[in-house]
Amino acid sequence: MRILSNTAVLLGKELQTEFRSRELLTTTIVFILIVIVLFSFTFDPSVSESRRFGPGLLWLAFLFSASLMLQPCFLKEKTNDTLSALRLCVADPFAIFLAKLLANACLLLLVQLLLLPIFAVFYNIKVGAVFPQLAMVFLFGSLGVSVTGTALSAISAQVRMRELMLPLLLLPLLVPILISSTEATAALLEEKPTLRLDWLGILIAFDVVFLTALWLFGEYLLEE
Amino acid sequence: MAKTGVYSFLVCTLMGVTAYAAFYIAPTEVTMGLVQRIFYLHAPSGMTSLMAFLVSFVGSVAYILTRKPRWDWLAVSAAEVGVAFCTVVLLTGPIWAHPAWGVWWAWDARLTSTLVLWLLYVAFLILRTMIEDADRRALVSAFFGVFTFLDVPLVYGSIWWWRTQHPQPVVFTSAGLDPTMRKVFYLSWLSLTCLMALLIRQRYELEQSRDELRSLEQELEAN
Repeated sequence: MRILSNTAVLLGKELQTEFRSRELLTTTIVFILIVIVLFSFTFDPSVSESRRFGPGLLWLAFLFSASLMLQPCFLKEKTNDTLSALRLCVADPFAIFLAKLLANACLLLLVQLLLLPIFAVFYNIKVGAVFPQLAMVFLFGSLGVSVTGTALSAISAQVRMRELMLPLLLLPLLVPILISSTEATAALLEEKPTLRLDWLGILIAFDVVFLTALWLFGEYLLEE
Repeated sequence: MAKTGVYSFLVCTLMGVTAYAAFYIAPTEVTMGLVQRIFYLHAPSGMTSLMAFLVSFVGSVAYILTRKPRWDWLAVSAAEVGVAFCTVVLLTGPIWAHPAWGVWWAWDARLTSTLVLWLLYVAFLILRTMIEDADRRALVSAFFGVFTFLDVPLVYGSIWWWRTQHPQPVVFTSAGLDPTMRKVFYLSWLSLTCLMALLIRQRYELEQSRDELRSLEQELEAN
């Protein structure tokens, strides 16, 4: 139970730091907007074309932005060596990971939910009726992205060329997430929307597998 | 040294026998003709690379748990050899695909997932070059190695599921392999597995010598 209370405190700290400056949120949202606008030049954004390419485009934009957004996650703890302080505070180092990945998942989900209406307007897609289902796909998708992304940002904080290394390590690892969330989103945006449980299942499997791996091996990454 | 020489000789002989069997003993396939013989290199290489990645995963997990450098050497050796075999699959694939399907590359489930696998392990090898400290490199790459290997079934699963949902080019159906073909295929797999073991061993020894050199250099500096 200690781990849960530790996590709750750390999660509060992470969110508070972000909401005080809102640096990460604003830059990420603008970045995704830029990507979405740039994409519109690469194909004819009619309704039928948008329905075909839209979900993939949206998720690619999310994954690219996540690979940039997760960069400072562990790096910011380096400046004043606050990571050592964090390690001393918690009973189980997994709490640090858990708090950071939950905070990242919250921020990612928030970004996605804020951008969804804008995306829908730009590409003439109706999302109102399937909003809860879409939110569920986004939830499991962003959880998977943040589990792997948080772990890898702990790695990339320790290596040279870190700005390039995080996307390089993270993006191929996220292929299952990209496929399943794109397909699940596409099925929800069709004329007769369906919630594809098979794709949702792959998303959940991804989340469970990597969360377990992080729980088992994550603490070694935080060693001095 | 002598042992390695004998083993290398045996592997070379076995490879020669396999090549002979693939070219002269295995019957010519009816529809695809001679080009189908590349199958005896292509498919077993894919399986061998997966075996090498499994060895690398074992090395990574064992390193995290025991912190013995030899497990790290095993992990990196096996990953490099796996990437080499995976490259063979990706090169022989298009050579076979062009006459058989009429295109160099098809985004078919197996090819696509092999490509993603190759990218993942190349990223693993690049990661290792980005860290100077040996212990840190071993630990960080072992962790990434575990993540990468866990991703393999998910990548295969999702790409397979995705491809079977969409129209795709007709891939050869494995409706029963001719018995002689099957034997040659298994022979080829055996010889490539032996080659894999030889290469991993050699690469492991190289890593070991590098480590010795490093500690000797450190000793020299200290004096």
